[in-house]
Amino acid sequence: MGTNEKGRDILELKNISKSFDGKKVLDDLSLSIGRNEFITLLGPSGCGKSTTLRIIGGFVRPDNGSVFFEGQDITNLASEKRNVNTVFQKYSLFPHMNVEENIAFGLKLKKKSRAYIQDKIKYALKLVNLEGYEKRNTTALSGGQQQRIAIARAIVNEPELLLLDEPLGALDLKLRHDMQQELIRIKKEVGITFIYVTHDQEEALTMSDRIVVMNKGIIQQMGTSKSIYDEPQNAFVADFIGESNIIDGIMLQDKVVEIMGVKIPCVDEGFEARETVDVVIRPEDLEIREAENGFFSGKVTSVLFKGAYYEIKICARDYEWVSQSVNAPEVGAEVGLYVAPDNIQIMHKPQSEDAEIIKE
Amino acid sequence: MKRKYLSTPYIIWVIGFTILPLVTIAASAFTDNDDAFTWGNILAILEPINRQALLFSLAIAFGCTLICILLAYPAALVLKSFRLKRKGFTIFLLVLPMWMNFILRILAWQMILSKNGILNFLLGKVGIAPLALSNTWIALMIGMVYDFLPYMILPIFNAISDIDEDLIEAARDLGADSGTVFRKVIFPLSMPGMLSGIVMVFVPAMTSFVIADILGGGKLQLIGNIIEQEFVKSMNWHLGAGLSISLMLLVIVGLAFTLRNDMEERGTTIW
Repeated sequence: MGTNEKGRDILELKNISKSFDGKKVLDDLSLSIGRNEFITLLGPSGCGKSTTLRIIGGFVRPDNGSVFFEGQDITNLASEKRNVNTVFQKYSLFPHMNVEENIAFGLKLKKKSRAYIQDKIKYALKLVNLEGYEKRNTTALSGGQQQRIAIARAIVNEPELLLLDEPLGALDLKLRHDMQQELIRIKKEVGITFIYVTHDQEEALTMSDRIVVMNKGIIQQMGTSKSIYDEPQNAFVADFIGESNIIDGIMLQDKVVEIMGVKIPCVDEGFEARETVDVVIRPEDLEIREAENGFFSGKVTSVLFKGAYYEIKICARDYEWVSQSVNAPEVGAEVGLYVAPDNIQIMHKPQSEDAEIIKE
Repeated sequence: MKRKYLSTPYIIWVIGFTILPLVTIAASAFTDNDDAFTWGNILAILEPINRQALLFSLAIAFGCTLICILLAYPAALVLKSFRLKRKGFTIFLLVLPMWMNFILRILAWQMILSKNGILNFLLGKVGIAPLALSNTWIALMIGMVYDFLPYMILPIFNAISDIDEDLIEAARDLGADSGTVFRKVIFPLSMPGMLSGIVMVFVPAMTSFVIADILGGGKLQLIGNIIEQEFVKSMNWHLGAGLSISLMLLVIVGLAFTLRNDMEERGTTIW
């Protein structure tokens, strides 16, 4: 996995475990990150994504396992000695320094020349679209501006790896979307590896080359945005990456699944006969038709306008289905539900020891 | 919001216990025994004996403040590193002596430092010759540092505790080792706390007289002692008031100068 232009991964986590106060946060986690990748650790709060980032940054020591950077074991190397920089969620700009002094902090410690530092500050402020802000007081800047300065402060040190810990979490929706595009642009311009942590699946899908979905300290799935969205490997991933209809089904034979007593054609093969499976249907794949033309018929219980589409809830066979459509049926109308064979995802039920992971 | 009447008690308090006494003192200071206007009482601070006491007070207050900072800063750092429960208990222990009468505590120091006191007894046990600390400026300094130290520790500790842990991590992330983190982040951000500590230690140290009375045995003359004597012994209230006003003005000007930069930068006052 991962892009590997120089034939070697930039970072490798091997069998990392970490507990806080007896509670296991990371459980035997292994992960390789390729050079120049934009990789996102995605998961709900408490899934271990931030701890993973803090272990890479050197702020937390793992209980077990090793961290390799460019092939070197840096597990016990102090944070200040790592060629890695972090953009923190709360920006963490030094309040007693102005913009310029904040950005120069790392370079001054590296004893760079005045001219070099001035050049770098100029370049970094241009990169984050805040030219001319050198002398501004950081506390007088807006959240979005502060985050840009935090990015500039990290980038000027030319780290080979930039860690971003939910950097857009504190911004409002509009600004967050703008900053996502900015980050993609900045990533392209500076050409370094980004490791991004977020609980926002949409953000992860938009920005990443590769997504690592985590839950309860375990990697659930790794892959490109598209592969994770289209082919979730278990119900947790399916549920977490966008809203889904997840229903129990029985695989009758190859390409036929029985859902709620109805035989439905699909494209999946290779399951055991009569194997109980999870069936995942994305809301946008669940089509609303005339009552008699669907697999199931049910009553529309709610219609919500979401801007570009309507989110429609339909109660059929004691299950509340979610569908997305540009056309809105009447609430209370009798409708039929249909799904095309290649839009049905069939998944093995998780093994018993994983069952708990899926539940929450 | 028409809730101004709620502040009435405080306004009465301020008028009755701050403004009126100040006016009375000022009136007293600018007049002589015949109620005629004079600069004499104000300028009396320049007379050799008073000037000497003032300089001695300055030196003692300066030294006391410096020693308090040197002792309080590490203490505040250690305190910050404690876990919550232990932190609370240690602060309680720090504050506890303040609940005992201040004069009693200073009298205890008199006993400890006296010629046949506890300190010399203990030194004798380990074979060190007795120290003649009684009635010296060293005894005075010990008493003052002891008494004012909590007022330096607590504001510094508060300021250090307010520093976001993320800032320290950010500094380390950018390549700062522990020493640099302290110099570039912790110390500058603790300045407001240290300045309040300085105000709370320097001003009382500058104006106190009881500690010097007890631990100096009447031989050490702080400016506070001179003022006390004018009021209590010589019954020259005009001169006492004049010296008080001069001292107050000196302290205000001095502090304004020290704190000016801080106030300008932060836009807030620290007292």
